[in-house]
Amino acid sequence: MKMDRVLFGDNQFFAVNHLSDEKSRQQSMRFKDTKSIMYVLDQAIDLGINTFMCTTHDRIGEITEIMRKNKPRYQDFNIFPSMPYAHKYANAVTELGIIGTIKEYVPGNLFSFAAKGGLAVLNKDFSKLMEMLIDAEMKMFKGVKTPVIFIQNVLVDMVLGMGMYEVFAQYHAYIKRKYDAEPGYITMNMPKLLDALESVGIENPIICSSINKIGFRMSGGIGLYEQYLKEKTFRPVAMQVLAAGALRPKEAIEYLSKFPKIESVLFGASSKAHIEETKMLIESSFQS
Amino acid sequence: MIKTAVIGLGKMGLSHVAILGAHPDVDLVAVCDTSQIILSAFKQYNPKIKLYEDFNKMYANEQLDAVFVVTPTKVHYLMAKPAIEKGIHVFCEKPFSLTIDEGEELVALANQHKIINQVGFHNNFIGTFRELKRLIKEGVIGEWFHFTGEAYGPVVTKSKGGTWRSKTSEGGGCLNDYASHVVNLIQECIDRPIKVKGTLLKKFYSKEVEDGVFSSLILSNGLSGTLSVNWSDETYRKMSTSLMVIGSKGKIICDATEIKIYLKEENKKEGLAKGWSIKYITELALPVNFYLRGEEYSAQIDYFIDNIKNNKQGEINTFEQALYTDKVSQMLINDSKL
Repeated sequence: MKMDRVLFGDNQFFAVNHLSDEKSRQQSMRFKDTKSIMYVLDQAIDLGINTFMCTTHDRIGEITEIMRKNKPRYQDFNIFPSMPYAHKYANAVTELGIIGTIKEYVPGNLFSFAAKGGLAVLNKDFSKLMEMLIDAEMKMFKGVKTPVIFIQNVLVDMVLGMGMYEVFAQYHAYIKRKYDAEPGYITMNMPKLLDALESVGIENPIICSSINKIGFRMSGGIGLYEQYLKEKTFRPVAMQVLAAGALRPKEAIEYLSKFPKIESVLFGASSKAHIEETKMLIESSFQS
Repeated sequence: MIKTAVIGLGKMGLSHVAILGAHPDVDLVAVCDTSQIILSAFKQYNPKIKLYEDFNKMYANEQLDAVFVVTPTKVHYLMAKPAIEKGIHVFCEKPFSLTIDEGEELVALANQHKIINQVGFHNNFIGTFRELKRLIKEGVIGEWFHFTGEAYGPVVTKSKGGTWRSKTSEGGGCLNDYASHVVNLIQECIDRPIKVKGTLLKKFYSKEVEDGVFSSLILSNGLSGTLSVNWSDETYRKMSTSLMVIGSKGKIICDATEIKIYLKEENKKEGLAKGWSIKYITELALPVNFYLRGEEYSAQIDYFIDNIKNNKQGEINTFEQALYTDKVSQMLINDSKL
């Protein structure tokens, strides 16, 4: 399945602003109820956007609930989950420790799992633990189309740095087997990740990474990114294309169009005019 | 290649392992922890890294150039001391020492054995705070009048048990965790606090430790200001740290993402207009080879490794500077009991 050219992101809804903590707080006030998020999402859908890429934030469950209740309107709409919502776990690990966090987030499963042989089993079967965590995160998307499922960059880059590439292979296989979906990877270290994925036999992976003219959050260097975008075989999704607001949309998108391999562009916006403008800019740049 | 090991595989330990694992000049030879689940994950997924449960055994068996001590504060001394005595360079997590005596001894030992030493106060590697320091030292805001140092975040937002972070005896609590970062930033960006007044260590949800730290600090240059830190504030998605300094020519407000400068008159030398100017992290971030959670985490490790390669002690986040932050924490505790 080919992904849409334009993917609508969710950072603006969940107080994620890489440029300003203060803007984050303002966003958090504006989108404090799910209705206000749905209002913007509906505007995006009416403008022809058909894919929403979102973190597995607790509040996404409220959005998918609305979608399940309004099948005719949303049945063809795609959600690309990206998991996990890292701050949930990071805050939990600070407070409860690693084992405490596992207990907190897979309580029922862990109990039955423990009954079968306790943590000793868990010790030897990490793929099982990973599968349980994925299933827990995926619960909120029941009955919604999720053709691509991403892992978040903090986790991807952690596994990447630790050299535990086999984890990627297990994730890849499980997402295909259980969810009949394409696995995707978000990273701040695209060239290194692609090499790692290829080394465990993953071909033509979907990789979402920062791609922008000024090299912001393109670790390994913009030169290497450009080389990979031209020469390597993978399905790039561009994010942080405006470099957290440092670039004007027109110059930012023009830069992207130099790399026809880029399959999709992820962006978030909260006003109708802004969504429409950016979507048109992306679509026209990639056509020409 | 710098042969390196990591002791303590919690959140920060794993983060360091990942950054070290990706570092072109580092050979990550061993990790040490007592958690079977973590060790077996390494055994299964990266068998090249040697596993230890006993740090002394690791020091004895491996020819290490450097070690990262990423355990709770109460055991930093126990683990860093034998490493220093063997001539191993040490990167220690913050807070540095639980007692001032232990900290003093480690500082002296590090100097005696001439090892490169560093502590993980990563905010000093964030571009915006570095810029704040530069601008105020350049005199952009004139004579300093007042400062505030703040940090807020959602670590403890309900009453329940926790890890070592909920025990003062192990180096937990908001003072050791959140507030030490702010105190250290004030100390390094503005000046060293030498006196504290009216300190409130407040418990909101925790039973044993404080969740909020509020105080007035007087710095060695005579400037005074306010410290306000709360780790039980769920209106913040993650830890948010900020400094404000106001002076005769203007004011600067700085956090990890942006620095806002207000000037009464234009500053031509710095290219800053009259009124508000904003600089963003996009232009101030230190470029890194591998990114995980923030440039500063990689930048501080790059700095440590470069110093080892050049055999030159760095000037940022030394044991001595981190110990000074511990001393201010002790002042805050003492003052809160008055």
